[in-house]
Amino acid sequence: MDVHFFYLALFFYSIATVGYLAYLVWVKKPLWKACRAVLVAGFLFHTASIVARYAEAGYTPVTNRFESLIFFSWLLVAVYLAVQTRYTLPVLGAFVTPLALGLLLMASFRAKAILPLDGQLDSRWLPAHVWFAFLGDALLGISACFAAMYLLQEKILKKKKIGPLYYRLPSLEILDRLSYRCISIGFPLLTVGILTGSIWLKSSQGAYINWQDGRQTASLLIWFLYAGLLHGRLIAGWRGRRIAWMNVIGFLVILVTFLQLSHFQK
Amino acid sequence: MEILCIGVNHETAPVAVRERLALTGKSLQETLGWLKGLEGVREALVLATCNRVELYLVTENESGQVVSGIRDHFAERFGLAENDWDRFHYQHDYHEAIAHLFRVTSGMDSMVVGEPQITGQVKEAYRQAVHQKTVGTILNRLFHRCFHVSKRVRTETELAARAVSVSYVAVELAKKIFGDLRNRQALLAGAGEMAELAARHLASHGIARILVASRTLENAKRLAASFQGEAIPLDSVPASLPQIDILLCSTAAPDYILRAEQIREAMRMRRHKPVFIIDIAVPRNIDPAVNTIENVYLYDIDDLQGVLQANLEERRKELKRAEAIVQEEVRTFLAWINGLDLVPTIVSLRERAERIRAAEMEKALSLLQTPVSAKDRKTIEAMSQAIVNKILHDPVSTLKQADEKGDTPGLVEAVRKLFSLGPQKG
Repeated sequence: MDVHFFYLALFFYSIATVGYLAYLVWVKKPLWKACRAVLVAGFLFHTASIVARYAEAGYTPVTNRFESLIFFSWLLVAVYLAVQTRYTLPVLGAFVTPLALGLLLMASFRAKAILPLDGQLDSRWLPAHVWFAFLGDALLGISACFAAMYLLQEKILKKKKIGPLYYRLPSLEILDRLSYRCISIGFPLLTVGILTGSIWLKSSQGAYINWQDGRQTASLLIWFLYAGLLHGRLIAGWRGRRIAWMNVIGFLVILVTFLQLSHFQK
Repeated sequence: MEILCIGVNHETAPVAVRERLALTGKSLQETLGWLKGLEGVREALVLATCNRVELYLVTENESGQVVSGIRDHFAERFGLAENDWDRFHYQHDYHEAIAHLFRVTSGMDSMVVGEPQITGQVKEAYRQAVHQKTVGTILNRLFHRCFHVSKRVRTETELAARAVSVSYVAVELAKKIFGDLRNRQALLAGAGEMAELAARHLASHGIARILVASRTLENAKRLAASFQGEAIPLDSVPASLPQIDILLCSTAAPDYILRAEQIREAMRMRRHKPVFIIDIAVPRNIDPAVNTIENVYLYDIDDLQGVLQANLEERRKELKRAEAIVQEEVRTFLAWINGLDLVPTIVSLRERAERIRAAEMEKALSLLQTPVSAKDRKTIEAMSQAIVNKILHDPVSTLKQADEKGDTPGLVEAVRKLFSLGPQKG
């Protein structure tokens, strides 16, 4: 059942992505409202696929690649929809929906069977770790989308090449402020996620960190990168392009880590 | 009935011709009065602006005489050379005239697409015509409609969005950089007209503080007073740079007044918060290399013109969507006009049938050999009515359905001809 919902979500996200991208370049007002409706429909199926899988498996479905990809992209869309309730920013949709769609497409190539739970993964700490870390990552992802929008608008204003994007994208100030706000919530969540992950590791493997595990080393690297970014912004007064690039690179590292390194996930 | 629009505008006639036709005050009143008195004219309105002179007329059928009368009158009165009128004027008939008015009022036909003044000018022209009682049912309704269309075009399309003056483009750019201008500070160096206008726009968008620097402190003070700014001497500009978010330059200095190094220093002091520099001076006041400094956005007059052109292009792209609204509204208006003809046509069709029926009824009864009882008379009466009703049912319901679809004119005419109902009144 969950797999059917998954495909429905995939279908709706594809339509929403095309719509949002079209909106970004040339189409007028009414289109983004339709996009939002389609995205919300996709999100409901997405949610249903996770709930159905949880009901069937009896544990939070984040134990293999397929499940993690679905869960992470679900949080991305959830955070986007939450942001959307406070700020009408359909342009952001053109950045978030392709990302969520990409993750779901990757998931679609993975094994989808529900497997009996590995002993190591059967821990109460795991869901806590996953919720915090993934939600933190999702917020950092949205922040990176804002940063990417900032870089585009910045380039337009600097090079004076006025096109459709110039009209669509919000002001530099707003993009900068929103990307910072997302980090200021996402980073603490990521921190708690790393701590709970460490506790889980201690309870299952007896050590707080396993240096042989590239994923854990990368998590620390990511943490330091964002800590540096926040420090630079607050203390050294870094601004503009530099901070936006760090933000985008930070999230790319998160994505690569997430997609590449995971010795316990099949 | 016919609806006509006859006129010249900035695209069809050179200014030398338009200025001769300029109708203002008294000459406008006279023209309106003359038009109303012209044989065959039922309603008239004159729209005269510096870019166009247009006559909107409702005439009897066969408007040829009216048109040639107007041509002769205009040629004579305004001393136009032979053929000038024929060369430069345009004429739109019926639905084209309606569509044209809708376009004009919405700013779609203006030199600067989407400019808002024209709506006011059309309102004024209408007011004048109402005042002189030269408009009636059709033009009253048409002009009320055109203001509605103009409003729709403005709210449903982005025809009037985007700045199309240099000073407004500067403000729009400032908003793309800073978002809200309320806690920003601007410095106006030099008192060029465009820079001053831009500063005024900034003030009206709630900028927190405006400093004004000029070669003479007197000038600076006078200018500053007009928008609650503060005057500073020109040589203290570099010192106040770190607090300034928006710098507007238009001094007559022959050389750069600020060098890249000075701006770089100011950026360090303001912790690299973005700065928007608008250099409208020619020769330029600011070293163009300044644009390469991080978080500094330098626009000279050509850059602003470039943005302005892009904005105009955006407006033009909206014309297609505006045209769809115009066409939709023209259909609505035509349906209303047709409705005007429809009801009287159905009424006279019924009256005619009833007259025939009653006459034939009397004739038949008088020819009967034996007088009929009141009851039998009623039966025959009912039968004749039923025949008439059954025969008329289809034509009438077809007419009504056609009205809903908005394609009555042909049918109404056909019915009037087929049943000899006489010419249309409407």
